[in-house]
Amino acid sequence: MKKRSGRGVFLFLCAAPAVLLFTIFMIIPTINVFRMSLFKRSAYSTTEDFVGLENFVRLMKDANFIRSMQNTILLIVVVTIITFAFALVFAAILTREKIKGQNFFRVIFYIPNILSVVVISAIFSAIYDTNNGTLNSLLSLFSGKTVAVLWKGESMVMTSLIIAMVWQAIGYYMVMYMASMASIPQSLYESASLDGAGRITQFFQITLPLIWTNIRTTLTFFIISTINMAFLFVKAMTSGGPNGASEVALSYMYKQAYTNSAYGYGMAIGALVFLFSFGLSALVNVATKREPLEF
Amino acid sequence: MKKVLSIVLAAVLMLSVLSGCSGGKDTNATQGGSSDKKITVAAIETAYGSEVWKKVCEAFTAQTGIEVELITDKNLEDVIGPSMQSGTYPDVIHLATGREKALTETFIKDQAILEITDVLSMTVPGEDKKVSDKIAGGFTETSLTNPYGDGKTYLAPMFYSPCGLFYNAGLFEEKQWSVPTTWDEMWELGEKAKAEGISLFTYPTTGYFDAFFYALMYSVGGPEFFDKATNYEEGIWDTPEAQTCFDIVAKLATYTEPTTPAQANDQDFTKNQQLVLDNKALFMPNGNWIVGEMANAPRADGFKWGMTALPAVTAGGDSYSYTWFEQAWIPAKAANPDEAKQFIAFLYSDTACEIFVTAVNEEGKPNPAVQPVLGIADKLEDDYKLFYAIYDNGAKAAMGNFAAFDSVVGTSNREVWFDPVNSLVAGTMTQQEWVDGIKAASDQMRANLVQ
Repeated sequence: MKKRSGRGVFLFLCAAPAVLLFTIFMIIPTINVFRMSLFKRSAYSTTEDFVGLENFVRLMKDANFIRSMQNTILLIVVVTIITFAFALVFAAILTREKIKGQNFFRVIFYIPNILSVVVISAIFSAIYDTNNGTLNSLLSLFSGKTVAVLWKGESMVMTSLIIAMVWQAIGYYMVMYMASMASIPQSLYESASLDGAGRITQFFQITLPLIWTNIRTTLTFFIISTINMAFLFVKAMTSGGPNGASEVALSYMYKQAYTNSAYGYGMAIGALVFLFSFGLSALVNVATKREPLEF
Repeated sequence: MKKVLSIVLAAVLMLSVLSGCSGGKDTNATQGGSSDKKITVAAIETAYGSEVWKKVCEAFTAQTGIEVELITDKNLEDVIGPSMQSGTYPDVIHLATGREKALTETFIKDQAILEITDVLSMTVPGEDKKVSDKIAGGFTETSLTNPYGDGKTYLAPMFYSPCGLFYNAGLFEEKQWSVPTTWDEMWELGEKAKAEGISLFTYPTTGYFDAFFYALMYSVGGPEFFDKATNYEEGIWDTPEAQTCFDIVAKLATYTEPTTPAQANDQDFTKNQQLVLDNKALFMPNGNWIVGEMANAPRADGFKWGMTALPAVTAGGDSYSYTWFEQAWIPAKAANPDEAKQFIAFLYSDTACEIFVTAVNEEGKPNPAVQPVLGIADKLEDDYKLFYAIYDNGAKAAMGNFAAFDSVVGTSNREVWFDPVNSLVAGTMTQQEWVDGIKAASDQMRANLVQ
């Protein structure tokens, strides 16, 4: 009995730091975000007025917020689909095919992921430059006339963000898919090819179903990371401009909370984004639920 | 024994994790003096560096015996913000309005700044002059220092820079063009430049339009119109003066270098500034910091910085140059307000002004921080002397900004007035849409003016 209680104390003390830190730095601040979203207050003062759900009611009528949410959803959908497709195909090629310099490609694809967003934005600043940028120079070379696309102009800025975000994310997801593809037994492919299944059939009938659990996890990652990374990319690359064309939910939240001194309103945006990402992840999780296949 | 050891180890683990939570301040305490009094001064570290602040604090301690704990940081809001949220305030904060985190604006809106009107009648420590005798005229009568329009001063004016239109004086000499003194001459020059493949105008970001727009309002309607407009007076945007301002900005948008909006962000704004150095655009609104900022940038042969005030609306009319300045203030909840007021008074002493004017940038090049005191321009050299002489050459000084209003969610002055210029240039917004947005926002801001 005494031994068991001693073990209990030990386990408690081992778990306590993590539980304590999680409570202090995750649970309490999250509850605080929801609490502050019900108040009118500024970022640096302790005085606050309770306004109930007024912040949320105003949000629904705020055209700038709606535009920033539309941009966020556009990024989540497009970046996820493109990154997912490329990462999956590259992972399948690098795992299943015999290509010279496989490791070299693996490293090359992963490099963008270890670069900071500031470095990436500097790289893309050079690529997107209207007058001397790589992209416009290439387009001019192939079209035979001077091309001056405003990559960070109002009409193209979201496309430019999508390209940069996909470029940054592919390597990370590719490595994750490669890890789970590598664990699929070679014998499955061998027997499938004896049965006459081609490369593409093998991919859809063997590879995809067997890494399905992994794909589901990454879909949740896609949603969360796109929301977060979009903020960093927008801050570093466009400052939300021109004229708010590239504003996303979190950059708009930051602007409202700090620059516009409406901290409570900003927290209301934070609370909505929190619920949105949670809800979307749950929805994707339910929609992609399958009987797990084992080998 | 083993059990005790494991419990102790687990406890140590827990404590070591928690110990990471305690933080230390990265501060520079200035030694000296014998008084027990000690104040905390928090100053933003900008292109002027932090060395001048250390020297000024030392000089203050030597003069008054009051010790100073100095906090300087490029991201000052992040350093002092958390402690202020928990109720500990620095005694003096030097931080200008217009920063992204808007700490100073937030304190103005919250009415959490100590009134310092009495500082103006205080004697500068170590001298026999009053503070008000030292500060140049007009600086303590603007909405930047008296934000509530009640004649009371809350923020002390610091480090001023004349803003205006910057250009390549070398190119003007080469082409034998004269700098326009009216907007009509400006449009004529725009056509001449267009024929040579040069755009008339560019701007770093839309944030630079504040100084431009304020000076424009002054030159169109004088101080009276400016005051009414910046206090969002009802119907002010329907007046002929306002219409003239809108027309000028909208016309200027058609003369703006077309790649400008795509580069008008915090990362690429220097590319827009480079357009002037490369002779691809003639004018840009800016402040004298541009010289240091673009010091290492390549430039066209014979490039020479020139600066002019905004042209007058009619021949012989007033031309204005906006005076941009920073602010120092005392939080209402500061622990040592009396000593803090002495410190602010000391900032206008000859000793402090001379230290500030010796400021250097990160590369060690002179970058004088110029206090708004009388006779300071005599201590400047080279390009800076030229820029600060703009008011001696006929231009009038425009000062002030939009009146403080309780935050209106979802909208701000920059978003309503200045950001749409990007869309005007790109042609995705009409002048009428821009003006309609301004009128709608102005109504909300008027209703929320801080009284």
